[in-house]
Amino acid sequence: MTVGIVVVSHSRALADAAVELARQMLPGRELAVAVAAGTEDGGLGTDAAAVADAIGQADSGDGVVVLMDLGSAVLSAETALEFLDDDVRSRVTLSAAPLVEGLVGAVVVAASGMSRAQVAAEAERGLAPKQAHLS
Amino acid sequence: MGGLSVAVGVDDLTAWLRRFAAVVHERRDELTALDAAIGDADHGSNLDRGMAAVVAVLDDAPPADVAGLLKKTGATLVSKVGGASGPLYGTLFLRMAGAAGDGDLDDAAVARALRAGLDGVVARGKAEPGDKTMVDALGPACDALDAAVEAGEPLSGALAAAAEAAAEGRDATVPMVARKGRASYLGERSAGHADPGATSVTLLVEAAAATLGRS
Repeated sequence: MTVGIVVVSHSRALADAAVELARQMLPGRELAVAVAAGTEDGGLGTDAAAVADAIGQADSGDGVVVLMDLGSAVLSAETALEFLDDDVRSRVTLSAAPLVEGLVGAVVVAASGMSRAQVAAEAERGLAPKQAHLS
Repeated sequence: MGGLSVAVGVDDLTAWLRRFAAVVHERRDELTALDAAIGDADHGSNLDRGMAAVVAVLDDAPPADVAGLLKKTGATLVSKVGGASGPLYGTLFLRMAGAAGDGDLDDAAVARALRAGLDGVVARGKAEPGDKTMVDALGPACDALDAAVEAGEPLSGALAAAAEAAAEGRDATVPMVARKGRASYLGERSAGHADPGATSVTLLVEAAAATLGRS
């Protein structure tokens, strides 16, 4: 089992593209990544109920790290926690990581069987290579 | 203390929500224009979509009790609004539902429920007074409602005072610089316009004043 990852974005296209980019890191492997992005009618927005569902899909018992883009994605993810059972909620980390950079780092570490804390820490380090390169 | 308390039931809350939905629909372009000035230009359309979904629930499967109605309203808004007002308005109604208890609401229970809603919004958005958010209108409304109910005012008058306080709070957001949400990216440029959330929540309290406590 591996730590699950949930991508919460205002845009379905943005989320799917970020997942596709992350998937390149692990060719041929299934990633435990679930997406909750956009409104039902394909518009921009987030839905806390959909986030709660995605957490349920991504959770195999080892917990879930949730990556978000901005604003209502963060509020919806927090609201989603209220909809979860206590035991599931206790296995969820909402990450402050940047979405794209955090996701790429997180999937690699998650796929290698690391813990939720390790996956979350790797996601939060997501900006480090870019910062190091540009400084 | 003294005025006879009027029980607020499912029919009253339904009338409130329907009126709010109608007003949001009517003023959706105005709300979106405010949001275009300082945010991402979707507040009117998002809230309109959410309240239309709430009205559809009221038409198709109206919950039988006050707490159920408020809870269903909150859950519907959380799912259907899309923007930050989804979790914020959703939490407002879900917390009102949690505070409502069993049965209809007397005047004090209406004030308690709205206060619980405000507390939920504050917790969810982590906004403080002066951040240029819906809290700047809803907070004064709750204070005015509490004071008037405590003084024994009839609910209709107490809600009218709350609506007035909300409108003053909304107006006070005009010169503020936003510190929360998409508007915060604009910094000083966010000053000069009323906050869209403070504006819509004023409409919510005004709709309550127009519908609750009047039977």
